[in-house]
Amino acid sequence: MEILMSIAVGVLFAVGTYLILTRSLIRIILGTTLLTHGVHLLLLTMAGLKTGGVPLLGEQLTNYTDPLPQALILTSIVISFGVTSFFFVLAYRAYQELGTDDMEQLRGRDDE
Amino acid sequence: MSNLVVLPMLIPLLTGIIIIFFYRTPSIQRIIAGAGALLNIAVSAYLVQRVYNEGILTLNFGGWMPPFGISFVADMFSALLVLTTSLVSTACLFYAFKSIGEEKERHHFYVFFQFVVVGVVGSFLTGDIFNLFVCFEVMLIASYGMIVLGGTKLQLRESLKYILVNVVSSALFVGAVAYLYAIVGTLNFAHISQRVAEVGQPGILTVSSLVFLVIFSVKAGLFLFFWLPGSYKAPPAVVTALFGALLTKVGIYAIIRIYTIIFYHDQAFTHTIIGWMAAATIVLGALGAVAYRDVPRILIYNIVIAVGFIMIGLVVANQQALEGAIFYLIHDMIVKALLFLLGGMMITVAGTPRLAEMGGIIKRYPALGWMFFIAAMALVGVPPLSGFVGKLLIVQGGFSGGWYWLTAIGLASSLLILYSMMKIFMNGFWGEEKYAAEDAEPVSLKGMLAPAACLLTISILMGVGAEWVYPYISQAGEVLLNPQLYIDAVLKE
Repeated sequence: MEILMSIAVGVLFAVGTYLILTRSLIRIILGTTLLTHGVHLLLLTMAGLKTGGVPLLGEQLTNYTDPLPQALILTSIVISFGVTSFFFVLAYRAYQELGTDDMEQLRGRDDE
Repeated sequence: MSNLVVLPMLIPLLTGIIIIFFYRTPSIQRIIAGAGALLNIAVSAYLVQRVYNEGILTLNFGGWMPPFGISFVADMFSALLVLTTSLVSTACLFYAFKSIGEEKERHHFYVFFQFVVVGVVGSFLTGDIFNLFVCFEVMLIASYGMIVLGGTKLQLRESLKYILVNVVSSALFVGAVAYLYAIVGTLNFAHISQRVAEVGQPGILTVSSLVFLVIFSVKAGLFLFFWLPGSYKAPPAVVTALFGALLTKVGIYAIIRIYTIIFYHDQAFTHTIIGWMAAATIVLGALGAVAYRDVPRILIYNIVIAVGFIMIGLVVANQQALEGAIFYLIHDMIVKALLFLLGGMMITVAGTPRLAEMGGIIKRYPALGWMFFIAAMALVGVPPLSGFVGKLLIVQGGFSGGWYWLTAIGLASSLLILYSMMKIFMNGFWGEEKYAAEDAEPVSLKGMLAPAACLLTISILMGVGAEWVYPYISQAGEVLLNPQLYIDAVLKE
């Protein structure tokens, strides 16, 4: 199972990297979200996918899945959600002000 | 155990939250922010003294013993950096009162400011790798706000790039934590270090350490500084001063921390790589500082040179070199903030960042001119000033440790720093009076010179009073040399 997950994470990383290297700003932001998805799945996978109960004490089981990575992922999800929403609004604002979403044209010259 | 350890982070956090409610009245915001900043200096100074007398202080949140809870650890290295952070940020804050303008103050400038300080102090004090990630994010998200506040075209364009680079490196940070957690199964620095020592750092841990090196190098501007010159040019001078003094230094701190506490078993391999990166950083930074002819860019490339130079101390990793790195790191935080504040005043006065269009400023503003001169000398490392002691220690350590080529590059960079600084001084301050605006009225620098003068005084005192500062530095170096001291203090077994 871990191997399948690793392949899925690898695909997410590859697609994310490809999108980040494109010219359109929206594709770049989508690339960063895919990269974050990949990283979160990686965190889940690397902590082990051994079958066990949900980490709820009321379930009365003998073994549970590791609760720590789930807490880490939850933290990381909200952080990347905040950053992504800021990034989208910034892209919108930049589109209004600069009139382009092409990164080649956002290079900037020295005379500004 | 004492709650004192968390106070330097808690005070700016509470100050920032209170300021949110007064967004309509900048005068109240200033009073609260100023009071909080001064209080924080007092608390951090007390923390340094407590650590000096009692050794490493730890605080386990919620009473959970490490490694199960999050712990804050104040050893001398962290405590000194926290004190420096509060000094530098206070100077920038008082400079901002005069320079930033009401428009930005009404749009939560001081809130972002406080939260950057929260993130920086939290990163210095935390003893947990995932908490380090969270503190990094607190610092970065607030810095996104600061860099784009004002919304000029240049700021919008450059903050897009800044955010993209940091989002990618933060994603890699989470990935690196995932790998490390899979190998060692814990998140607490001391406990990770213990487990790494048990297995003797096999190849997979070295790889993991290199992933961390890449991430922190992006944050610190060590070799991977491609994003830095553009981004730091965009915001107002006081924001660049804060960023140049604090943000890259958090990356440096993280590199030094993980390579002295956790991954110190395969130094022949890892430290050689860091050595090459440091050398390349110094050379590229020096080229940039020599090539450009506008004030912000020259100063920005000097940040890059200093990052490489501090890393020499880590690479050599003997007692003198590590002490030198700590001393130089503290000196550099103060002097870089000072130079950016002075550079900001130069640009305000001349009306342009370009050296070709300014000249003769010293005739109307002698205090500014001579302060810049002394600060530049401190940066180069001329004896009575603070840059000298750190450079001397690193160079001595480098030669006695056998890293001749690397130390030579570091020494040679001083000459180019001197050249770049004198380029600013001679073109900007000497010569006939030239101002970008015709018939420029003398601009009042009242209230802006005072914070810069305070930083300059601290820098001079650090150089002249090196004998008094040294015991603190030496105590900080001791922990970096003996990770066992840190582990014992945290795990208390």
